[in-house]
Amino acid sequence: MHELSITESLLKISLQHAEKAHAKRVTDLHIVIGDLASMVDDSIQFYWEIIAKDTIAEQATLHFRRLPAELQCMTCFEKYPPTDRELVCPKCSGVRARIITGEEFFLESIDVE
Amino acid sequence: MTQNITVIENILNANDRLAEENYARLEAAGVFSINILASPGAGKTSLIEQTLPRLKGKLRVAAIDGDIATSIDSDRAAAAGALAAIQINTGGDCHLDAVMLHGALDKLDLTQFDLLIVENVGNLVCPANFKLGTHKTILVASVPEGDDKPYKYPGTYRGVDVLVINKIDLLPYVNFKMDYFERGVQVLNPGVTAFRTSCTTGEGLDAWVDWLIENAKRYRLSQQ
Repeated sequence: MHELSITESLLKISLQHAEKAHAKRVTDLHIVIGDLASMVDDSIQFYWEIIAKDTIAEQATLHFRRLPAELQCMTCFEKYPPTDRELVCPKCSGVRARIITGEEFFLESIDVE
Repeated sequence: MTQNITVIENILNANDRLAEENYARLEAAGVFSINILASPGAGKTSLIEQTLPRLKGKLRVAAIDGDIATSIDSDRAAAAGALAAIQINTGGDCHLDAVMLHGALDKLDLTQFDLLIVENVGNLVCPANFKLGTHKTILVASVPEGDDKPYKYPGTYRGVDVLVINKIDLLPYVNFKMDYFERGVQVLNPGVTAFRTSCTTGEGLDAWVDWLIENAKRYRLSQQ
């Protein structure tokens, strides 16, 4: 449900950049979402179609680039992907980890005409 | 002709900026502030209710309660001893955001308080994404929710400063493996301050209250 507020921000940022470029239309949005960021692509798409209506971004296609999560064990420094049920280091069972990727959530670029 | 414009903008920038403004206001007033997150029914309001009487005479407390509807929570906070209690009804939104807190702060003379407690909407997903600008974020987890919650809601468990594991009086009755739960927490949030409490029996509440008083006092000293 937080995707509604998020989609509103997405639209606002896109329109600001399009306006600065004096664009007539926004055709594509390139969004980057880390797997740990708790964002659902379909939900953003759903809200987008409602709130982008009657704006110059109404026809825009949303492209989602998913970044897989990767952790680094702070005991043995092994890099590993977390699974659904286990987060500890598969090599040494260490519990202290640093998240390297997976929390990203940003608008990378837009295509305009 | 199609043109590609590089943006690289955090989608929640607008909220984050306003959260910084909230933070600056709290700092200017010198009030220590906490944001309490939890799933519905974990015991946020009960924890606040049990905490407030223990702070009486020690800290002057204001409470801001976020909910989709009703003023039940702010009424309970006022009854338990909050000197001021403001209700934010989000009208359907599943989380508080910096704009809502900004509006609620307008209704308080912040200089009159030592501690501001913000109770977020019950939800383990959305509130994690929206910074409010408070000093510390507290997560209330509860035993009946299950020991897999850190694994299912990593974003929330990762971003908190204090974890309160509530309803520990129910441990004998539910299948909750504390070591599995804590292992997940340790990976996501190494060394996070944790308390085990029961708002029914009162177990563990003193340690949590001591932490609050100690931090509010240390904060006050840092301001002088």
